Amino acid sequence: MISQTLSRKFDQIITRYPLKRSAMVPLLLYAQDEVGHVSDEVIAEVARRVDVRPIEVTEVISYYSMLHRQPVGKYNIQVCTNISCMLRGADELFDHCCQKLGIGHKQTTPDGLFSLEEVECLGACCGAPAMQVNYDYYENLTPEKVDALIDELKKKEPRSKI
Amino acid sequence: MKDQTHKSQFVILDLPPKPENLHVPGPYTRSPSLSPQLNPAAEPVSVTIDGKEVKVPAGTLLIEAAKQAGIEIPSYCYYPGLTLQGACRMCLVAIEKMPKLQTACTTVVAKGMVVHTETEEVKNARKAMLEFLLTNHPLDCPVCDKGGECELQDAVFRYGAAETRFMEPKLHHEERKFSSLVYYDWPRCILCYRCVRVCDEGLDVNAYGIGFRGAHSEIIPNRGEKLECEECGMCIDVCPVGALTSGTYRYKTRPWEMTYSGTICNHCGDGCKTTLSVRNNEIVRANNRDHSGFNGEFLCVKGRFGWDFVNSDQRLTAPLIRKNGKQESGTWEEALGVVADRLNDVLKQHGPASVAVIGSNRTTNEENYLLGRLTRTVLGTNNLDHHRTADYGSLVRALTEVKATDRYATIQNIYEAPSILVVGNDPTHQHPLVAYQIRQAVRQHNAHLYLLNSREIKLQRQATHSVTVRTSGEPDAIRALAGIQAPHAGLVVGGTGDFDSFREGLLEESDTVIIFGDEIRGKDVADLVRWGLALPGRTRFVALGDYANSRGAADMGLLPDVLPGYLPLPEQAARERFEAAWQFRIPTEPGRDIRSILQGAQSGEIKALLVFGSNPVKTFHLPKEQLSKLAFLMVAELFPTETAEAADVVLPATSFAEKSGTVTNSCGQVQVLKKPMRKAGTRSDLEILLALAGRLGHKWAYQSSDDVLREIIAQVPGYAIALPNLLIGRAVATQPAGTPPELASADLIFSSRDSLFTSGTLSRYSWALNSVDEAKRPHGHIF
Amino acid sequence: MPGYDNPMGNSPLEVKVISKRFALPNSASLDVYLQHDGYQALKKALATKPEDVINEVKNSGLRGRGGAGFNTGMKWSFVPKQSAKLKYVVCNADESEPGTCKDRPLMEYDPHQLIEGIIISGYAIQAHQGFIYVRGEYRYLLEIVDRALAEAYARGYLGKNLLGSGFDFDLCTHTGAGAYECGEETALLNSLEGLRGYPRIKPPFPAVLGLYGGPTVINNVETLSNIPHIILNGAGWYAKLGSPKNGGTRLFCLSGHISRPGIYELPMGFPLRRMIEEVGGGVPRGKRLKAVIPGGSSCPVLTAEEIDVAMDYDSVAKIGSMLGSGGVVIMDEDTCMVKVAGRIMRFYAHESCGWCIPCREGTSWLKRLLERFHSGGALPDDPDTALDVAYNILGKTLCPLGDAAAMPTISILQKFRHEFEEHLKLGYCPYEKKAVSVA
Ligand SMILES: Cc1cc2nc3c(=O)[nH]c(=O)nc-3n(C[C@H](O)[C@H](O)[C@H](O)COP(=O)(O)O)c2cc1C
Ligand code: SF4
Ligand code: FES
Repeated sequence: MISQTLSRKFDQIITRYPLKRSAMVPLLLYAQDEVGHVSDEVIAEVARRVDVRPIEVTEVISYYSMLHRQPVGKYNIQVCTNISCMLRGADELFDHCCQKLGIGHKQTTPDGLFSLEEVECLGACCGAPAMQVNYDYYENLTPEKVDALIDELKKKEPRSKI
Repeated sequence: MKDQTHKSQFVILDLPPKPENLHVPGPYTRSPSLSPQLNPAAEPVSVTIDGKEVKVPAGTLLIEAAKQAGIEIPSYCYYPGLTLQGACRMCLVAIEKMPKLQTACTTVVAKGMVVHTETEEVKNARKAMLEFLLTNHPLDCPVCDKGGECELQDAVFRYGAAETRFMEPKLHHEERKFSSLVYYDWPRCILCYRCVRVCDEGLDVNAYGIGFRGAHSEIIPNRGEKLECEECGMCIDVCPVGALTSGTYRYKTRPWEMTYSGTICNHCGDGCKTTLSVRNNEIVRANNRDHSGFNGEFLCVKGRFGWDFVNSDQRLTAPLIRKNGKQESGTWEEALGVVADRLNDVLKQHGPASVAVIGSNRTTNEENYLLGRLTRTVLGTNNLDHHRTADYGSLVRALTEVKATDRYATIQNIYEAPSILVVGNDPTHQHPLVAYQIRQAVRQHNAHLYLLNSREIKLQRQATHSVTVRTSGEPDAIRALAGIQAPHAGLVVGGTGDFDSFREGLLEESDTVIIFGDEIRGKDVADLVRWGLALPGRTRFVALGDYANSRGAADMGLLPDVLPGYLPLPEQAARERFEAAWQFRIPTEPGRDIRSILQGAQSGEIKALLVFGSNPVKTFHLPKEQLSKLAFLMVAELFPTETAEAADVVLPATSFAEKSGTVTNSCGQVQVLKKPMRKAGTRSDLEILLALAGRLGHKWAYQSSDDVLREIIAQVPGYAIALPNLLIGRAVATQPAGTPPELASADLIFSSRDSLFTSGTLSRYSWALNSVDEAKRPHGHIF
Repeated sequence: MPGYDNPMGNSPLEVKVISKRFALPNSASLDVYLQHDGYQALKKALATKPEDVINEVKNSGLRGRGGAGFNTGMKWSFVPKQSAKLKYVVCNADESEPGTCKDRPLMEYDPHQLIEGIIISGYAIQAHQGFIYVRGEYRYLLEIVDRALAEAYARGYLGKNLLGSGFDFDLCTHTGAGAYECGEETALLNSLEGLRGYPRIKPPFPAVLGLYGGPTVINNVETLSNIPHIILNGAGWYAKLGSPKNGGTRLFCLSGHISRPGIYELPMGFPLRRMIEEVGGGVPRGKRLKAVIPGGSSCPVLTAEEIDVAMDYDSVAKIGSMLGSGGVVIMDEDTCMVKVAGRIMRFYAHESCGWCIPCREGTSWLKRLLERFHSGGALPDDPDTALDVAYNILGKTLCPLGDAAAMPTISILQKFRHEFEEHLKLGYCPYEKKAVSVA
């Protein structure tokens, strides 16, 4: 289910900790990156590797906002609307994204390319308004910059996919 | 813009692996919580609470100290025996010299502490917490099961936070069915985490978790939307509100519409106390309401839900008499008349040796005692036995021989033991309370658990040492431990360590409690006892029998060669003792054991058989025709069992919930049954026995089971117990002493190996026990 | 990073200590670090007694940059010298406090400075293993720090027998996955142990009973990045950089309605007014200043009249707020304070772990009340109710998140009550049309 590289990474991460269970969140996050979401198989695999019962993994997953049980779009656009970004137009930016993509908070475009999420402070307050696409930061945004970015990402996708 | 990497890359660092990383983690197992540690060795601490001074052991929590001063500090997340949470903030109190209010449930008393529990500030804080709790609470008290016994409702009455300023729409989730026995209503849940902890720390099942966070937090079951667990329902019991409700009780009644009787569960041999709640002559709930008895609030699935066989509409409610090959209902008069007549016929024609009696593992001591008297005097035979599930006789004999009859362990002894050895058996399934006590001993005072078994059992999770031997290898392993014979090759097949460290570990322990199942019988018991007594300290023993009164059946002498109190029948003095009491001669020859009775029934040597509360056709896997040669078969039963179906007369008997009397658990502790209801048309075995004796021409003077109990106390060695102690609801330990004849054949002893969800034939008539998915899983499934 | 802008501001008023290497090309590499005093402090520390390292840090007046501002050396001194369990040091790189983004450049541009600080802290308390808990969103930083760690291991700055001193130290990163509460030190420990990020009951404090049951010191990234400088230049030098009892400099993150948003390293005690007007270039487009959050969203807001304050822990506390985590959020006259209160509360309601009642239920209630109030559904009792509810959270929760949620609301309700009255009177938000983004 997971690649060999990731499996090796898992083995290595687990040795870092005195307690295997400590590796749970990193393992889940990396597995999610590869699989796309935390599937039942991922839960079972992680539970096995860190030696806990699956419910303990389930408990942890639902606690963290970055771990999701359902697939999200290939590009997960996370717009920060917390205070510093809000003061610099994040709400308008988020609305703009909604319109541009035709989806709302925690929704995914029908082609599976984009998801949109309103998130809490990303730690980019001095570059507000900011957003993250997957793990990449984009700061000092304007609606125009967002448009350009989304168009660019779309262009990278082979047509056949849609 | 640089090229977009969809998911970020990672660096694989080849850091050197660290061997010292393999150390055991800290005290945090699962929940971010601590357990209080009393320190009785240190100087007691004196604190002032609301002007009252109390002295408590060092390490006491403020909330417990207050209790000792007679002050109740409200609490939800605090629950004695479970880890601390500090979550509900209901127990906030003012402590002088501290800037903020403090939680009494997490504060350990300190010398000279001055505490105020009812200041305006404290009261307002509690009111505030209640107001918070009620924001998303549905306030559906009028329909909620918990209404009337709800800790939230009570606190709101006390602190008056009923009017709310909350104007927002309430968060809501639909009620969920976690299993056929457990329902979860999210909006009522106050997240005290008692259920999560009791399942984890108490049951070691860990079926609950917490999902999501913040105001959306919820209790989640371990299999998606479903629970997979032991279905003990303890979570329902500890829930302070109506968030977890029971599949058998929900929406049936209100707490004030029921009557409550504290009695003893009738399933396994542990003898848990339980309160039966009865409405309109029907049991609607069982829980150990006042936490009295050695089980506290513990009950397993059978205890909490498995009583419903009593209400079953398959219960026999009128005697059945075979006429022209068919069983037809008749009156009690008629049926008893038939029994007496047919017995008289057989006795006259074939003599007493052609009559036999099979007793029960569930009937009371008084009933068993009278059954012995009836058999040996009225019928004049010693052909009396029952399905023996543990070898009590050999244990008594072994302990008596070395004058160590003070070494029977009680349920409390198990909890307090610093070291426990379990040989054979699977207590989690067969003796849930014993398993619970063992786990608590390990968890709360680090008792060391040694397991010697031929199967993988769940208690291995608590074991310090465990040795798995090949099937039926337990006796050999005991002899090897005792140095009687060397362990032969292939004996040990698994476990945590080798045989030697197991033995050496035990030699370092003291006051070990040794618990054994049907794997150890006859001479093996003597080997075990002799070796056990040589261990350091006061070693104690428990033989685990299957059912509620398995021990009582043996103690009362439902055996062919043993009189009550394990007095050997062949000995004249023993017979004389009961001949004096019963004013009748007892036949000197030991009778047939149960296998021989059943064979005699087939060969025609046994002509008449009386069966009380037992289903030998099922237990002994008899072919249908085996009993057909009998001239007469009488069965006293609750249900139309396989044995009852073959009977000429079936007498509808009462269950444990419909009679008074006493039962003795596996540990030899006697407890009293209370009778909350009675199914119309039924009679207790005691009533049946008295009527039969009368019809067969014997005038017995007993008016009630109490009269029989008094005779037992006077006559049965080891049962000279203080009646008042018993009557106020205590479990009174007995210490039988006697040298019964050695076990004739090992195959007389065998456990039915019931699972958590079965209880001999009875469980077939329980909706609850059959409704859970887990009951369908193969036996031995570990949760 | 695509589209990534250097968040560092640039002002002649800055005093660069921990940010002094940021502008160097390839500043994150070990070679560059070594060319600029790198690992000299470690060498020095390893030749000193651990107690003396602790004392030096104590005397420097370094106070925790994570929020609470506790004297760092003091905290280290609480760790028992003898312990049956292994000791640990944990670097708190969970940076999630709204308005705060200073730990990011510290890890991005100078990871070795942090690593060196952590090793020294480990030596001081005699721990042999450390963890850097990085928030999940900072994946790119995780990679930068991991590379730096690999370099340090390769050259013997980590691992066995550091620099021949006989002292062993292992260090690795750990990633969170999106939870503000995991920045709270005990919740962080649970998270690091693979549990839900619930805080623990205190006492016992982590210094006595922390990670895996061992004594543990938890410090912020910025706090630890200061350590090499203190060891190298001395406590006296460091203390003198700042104001009394508030040693050194700190990174202030100016954000919101400010002309030159950015992260600036300024001495402790630097006046807030000058910070806004001179360092940050004032409020843009000639607007008047309305309010300032001095140290991240958990701190009570200051009004425009209150900004004549020295930015150190004690001075800001004196006027009823907190220096917090260094996130200075500036709001101009067009800002709706009701909306601000609602937005901040939404954050806390989202991030409340839900363990204890007042925070779980209180933040969710206040969020809904304030958002309803702002969006036209104001009721006359709401402001009083909100104030009361906030006070019912304050001081009664298991961890400080409850206080962090209550304080901004209380301060806004007290200082900007008239804006609530205005909403009530109008039935809508008077600012909605006026507020325009600056960018
Ligand atoms: C809810 C909450 C969130 C916190 N988040 C952070 C954080 O993201 N980063 C941080 O360094 N400290 C955070 N803290 C403070 C830490 O609990 C702790 O005080 C700090 O890491 C100690 O380091 P210091 O002494 O170096 O400041 C938070 C505290 C609370 C109560
Ligand atoms: S205050 Fe309570 S609910 Fe809130 S984050 Fe802390 S422990 Fe969790
Ligand atoms: S009982 Fe003390 S916090 Fe719940």
